Amino acid sequence: MEVLGLFNYWVFAALLMIGFYALIARQNLFKKLLGLSIFQSAVFLLYITMAKVDGGTAPIILDPDLVTIFSNPLPQVLILTAIVVSISTTALGLAIVVRIREAYDTIEDDEIRKLDRRS
Amino acid sequence: MVIDALSWLLLTSGGLFVLIGGIGALRMPDLYTRMHASSLTDSLGPMLVLGGLALQTGLSLETLKLLIILLFMLITGPTATYALGNAAAVSGLTPAAPDLEDN
Amino acid sequence: MLVIFSLFLLSMLVVTAIAIIRSEDLFSAVMLSGIFSLLMALNFFVLDAADVALTEAAVGAGISTVLLLGALALVPNRERNSRRKRYTFVYLTTLSAIVLAISYASFDQPRVGDPAAPVHQHVAPWYLEKTPELIDIPNVVTAVLASFRGFDTLGEVYVVLTAGIGVLFILGNSRTGVLPRRREPKLTSSLKNHLIPRVVGRMLIPFIILFGLYVQFHGEYGPGGGFQAGAIVAAGIILYALLEGEGAALRVLSPYVLVGLAVGGALLYLGVGIACMLLGGAFLDYSVLAADPVKGQQMGIIVIELGVGLAVTGTLLSIFHAFAARDQ
Repeated sequence: MEVLGLFNYWVFAALLMIGFYALIARQNLFKKLLGLSIFQSAVFLLYITMAKVDGGTAPIILDPDLVTIFSNPLPQVLILTAIVVSISTTALGLAIVVRIREAYDTIEDDEIRKLDRRS
Repeated sequence: MVIDALSWLLLTSGGLFVLIGGIGALRMPDLYTRMHASSLTDSLGPMLVLGGLALQTGLSLETLKLLIILLFMLITGPTATYALGNAAAVSGLTPAAPDLEDN
Repeated sequence: MLVIFSLFLLSMLVVTAIAIIRSEDLFSAVMLSGIFSLLMALNFFVLDAADVALTEAAVGAGISTVLLLGALALVPNRERNSRRKRYTFVYLTTLSAIVLAISYASFDQPRVGDPAAPVHQHVAPWYLEKTPELIDIPNVVTAVLASFRGFDTLGEVYVVLTAGIGVLFILGNSRTGVLPRRREPKLTSSLKNHLIPRVVGRMLIPFIILFGLYVQFHGEYGPGGGFQAGAIVAAGIILYALLEGEGAALRVLSPYVLVGLAVGGALLYLGVGIACMLLGGAFLDYSVLAADPVKGQQMGIIVIELGVGLAVTGTLLSIFHAFAARDQ
């Protein structure tokens, strides 16, 4: 049963490297941004996995006298902030990609570097 | 007991219909036929699944919420299918037709 | 049974991520990333994180897909895979080695769900125990987000505002101005000739905004809160902009109103903190806002969640209009 208990972490590692592959190996700036967002989602999965408690429920205390097992609320708070920050950086990155397209007429990284070297 | 069995039946058949819709979306030759396959089961599948869940929650506020979700899905599903088909037709996609031989 | 279900969902995540990377058509990559966000929301829900699942569904699958599509309309939508193929093998072997290394390191972690894990020992039981006593609202995540860790959330609201300001400045210039100009309705594209989506959409928009308000003020009793509500209300208004044309949406909520909402929400949050200081407490210590400290905490949480909702709505709509109003 040890295998099933760690599967989340292996999925986290796989998603992390898939996103990272898109960041370093693909030339298209848009694809790099999508890879970055996959990378960020993998980190969210890691934190929320650590917050789970066996037999727990969502940390909403409907009756304070009833003894229930709750999952850990603290990583959930951190990831709530992180999700909103991730979409902010994605929006900013997309705005920069749009401007690069208008300046260089392409969004492929190698073509942009070629144009930069020429000028 | 009866309610549990009935609920099982509805949930399983709902899942089965959604699976059939997915297989149809994969195996059909053309956009229009694929949409036809998946959109029909998109209306029936949620009806069965949410009906099965509503049997479990009995007569309460949660059942009302499930019914409202079902209403929302029944309204937006066919609208989305229409918009998709319209966009495909407007941009010039013709349905794939089998080659008919002149006899 | 739930184990098999969660294994299936996690494997679907990996499959979808690989599909996103491998697809050359950027439009299908954006659609797949919407599916990826929804699968992630499902995974969060299976792991008992209800608030986080709602936020990921609203922000990731809703707003993020719209922004990616808005940007995709302005860039070429096929990826030109002109990279030499010989480095791919090096990348893949290095990254596989890193995956194996992280998996090997994960064997030191306590297994998923272990109640004796160190992360559940120190601060979390204190939050779960003290929330009914000090703040008395059912949703512990909102209590921690808005009150115990209120300073972090203040920073987050200002990060969102900064991103909005950044996008407005990057996509505007001195000739057209930073805010999108209102244009004649004839020049903006819309679904004017498609009756069914227009009728259905118009019927749904009030309910979407009503649901957004419900999520905003219900954040103390169930999953919800300012961020989710801001994303839902923004999605409703973006639907209006898609149906009636972006010019019509700018006439309904002018760019000044949107910027005012964004800045006003952020200043509201800051104002509550300063009001707490003026009433004798520390910065963002809501206990001094009313005679009863618990009531003061609840009042403080409601007002700052409102500030967060307004700021997120205004910023997301400003960003959307900045992309949509861009001349191709």
